[in-house]
Amino acid sequence: MKQVFKRPEAMTDKPFHFCPGCHHGIVHRLVAEALDHFAVREKTVGVASVGCSVFLYDYFAGEVIEAPHGRASAVAAGTKRVLKDHVVFTYQGDGDLAAIGTAEVIHAANRGDNITVIFVNNGIYGMTGGQMAPTTLLGQRSTTSPYGRDCHRDGYPIKMTEMLAALEGPSLVSRVAVNTPGNVKKARKVIRQAFQMQIEGKGFSFVEVLSTCPTNWGMTPQAANDRIAEEMIPYFPLGTLKQKDIVDVL
Amino acid sequence: MSIPKKVFTKGNEAIAMAAINAGCHYYFGYPITPQNEIPEYMAEHLPAVGGEFLQAESEIASINMLLGAAATGVRVMTSSSGPGISLMQEGFSYFAGNELPAVVVNISRQGPGLGGINATQGDYFQSVKGGGHGDYKLIVLAPHTGQELYDLTIKAFEISEKYRMLTLILGDAILGQIKEPIIPWIPEKISGDPDRDWLITGAKGRTPRKITSLFLADGEMEKHNWHLQEKYERLERDDVMVEEVDTEDAELIVVAFGSVARIVKSAIAQVREAGMKVGLVRPITLFPFPRQTLLDVGGRTKKFLVVEMNTGQMVEDVRLSLPGDCQVDFYGRPGGSVPTPEDLYDVISETYTAQSSN
Repeated sequence: MKQVFKRPEAMTDKPFHFCPGCHHGIVHRLVAEALDHFAVREKTVGVASVGCSVFLYDYFAGEVIEAPHGRASAVAAGTKRVLKDHVVFTYQGDGDLAAIGTAEVIHAANRGDNITVIFVNNGIYGMTGGQMAPTTLLGQRSTTSPYGRDCHRDGYPIKMTEMLAALEGPSLVSRVAVNTPGNVKKARKVIRQAFQMQIEGKGFSFVEVLSTCPTNWGMTPQAANDRIAEEMIPYFPLGTLKQKDIVDVL
Repeated sequence: MSIPKKVFTKGNEAIAMAAINAGCHYYFGYPITPQNEIPEYMAEHLPAVGGEFLQAESEIASINMLLGAAATGVRVMTSSSGPGISLMQEGFSYFAGNELPAVVVNISRQGPGLGGINATQGDYFQSVKGGGHGDYKLIVLAPHTGQELYDLTIKAFEISEKYRMLTLILGDAILGQIKEPIIPWIPEKISGDPDRDWLITGAKGRTPRKITSLFLADGEMEKHNWHLQEKYERLERDDVMVEEVDTEDAELIVVAFGSVARIVKSAIAQVREAGMKVGLVRPITLFPFPRQTLLDVGGRTKKFLVVEMNTGQMVEDVRLSLPGDCQVDFYGRPGGSVPTPEDLYDVISETYTAQSSN
């Protein structure tokens, strides 16, 4: 019988610890599938960030360096400077990348560091227990915005994809979601493109993935999935904002 | 590689030259006075050896780029001064937890705050007591001449690899800016062992590795801490460096490190000429601290004077190291004031005379 579905080689055979309905598992798999597609697992270094995403090193069947909170892009920049023929990627949440690590990601993008950044945006601090994130939507309640996020006090949800697309350095800047089978397919394609950019030496590639956090949103997995379509995508529109052609790089 | 027999160069350039000659081909840094000649030298000379210089957006980024490069096993260095070193403390803690080797240079400046750029030794505590979180140490080297800056930079890479620890070279504007004749040399070994079992190089044909400082399982974190502690004890046993001058017959011992130790040497030469029996203990490794040397010297000499360009930092470690019956005086000049040999002649001779009258 022909096998039509299996665990990617770039993933370990270990059950996810993620909460039911969390999208991290899907995003991990899409990254692993992309690495399998290019057959680069053995020459790939992942940089894990701080938050739920730190356990990347348990699920990715390649080498992983753990970065201090927010510093993954800088760590990856250092690694890539030495291992130029390797694939180096970071996997960061929104607290890590869009708050404490904003400077690091902007400058890695602006230098066009030839790395791939997977940015998982679920609009909340997951591991620490549901505090307000830079991407928390206006009016959204969290443990540190118990009366809802207020733009006068807390500012607005930050749009990293739009910010980074304004820079000259990046080769690919895109936002995807994995809340429906159709969106998963689109996300798979974009994540693969992002790694292709790096493999072809075109420079910094960035994919923001809108993601659920049912536990800290206080929702069932289904309701959380629905919220992606109803609240997240309207504020964080999907699509590729920047994609360099090889001509742009030369 | 052919190198000149002797060069006349600034201390900062001596460090950069030594690093490249020691096989350090990757440098990440951010500008700050009074250490700018280090990144400038690296930017100019690294391309010729196939290396790479990268100016980071901050010292936070520099130390993390260093971490990402160090994980691959190559020799890497960054340099900064007080305020920048403060920003790197988070990274220092991760280097300790992750057990990664690298070299950091602090050509320190006055503080607290923005301070000023003159020579000072106010960063002793920050260097040897830690400034980042957790129960960790750095290896701290304190050169006092241009030649020693060169020699200890090479040593820093070797000792850093031996213990998988960050090694900090602590200097100041006097050492970094003064031009002196240096005899450059190239060490036998200019890279770490490529077969080390922790290097991140991709997982071709082997089990993937991870560099982490996160230990959540019951007892694992304590085990890791004891393992780190064992390295620190080994350092104290095997790799203390200290210079002793005229301690055998001394009735007064001056303890000083770094640039001020050099001024102390001039002052001691003068008081010796005047017939006073004064010696010097100069810690070269600030961690591991030369506790045993002080314990031994304190067995025969009972009067000590610690001289620092701060309000009293290393003096605490000297007091902790010496036998209880030793008297320890302190003379300090904070905030960028550098004592002259004549100033120190007066302080040393007064302390010496006070002892003789007892």
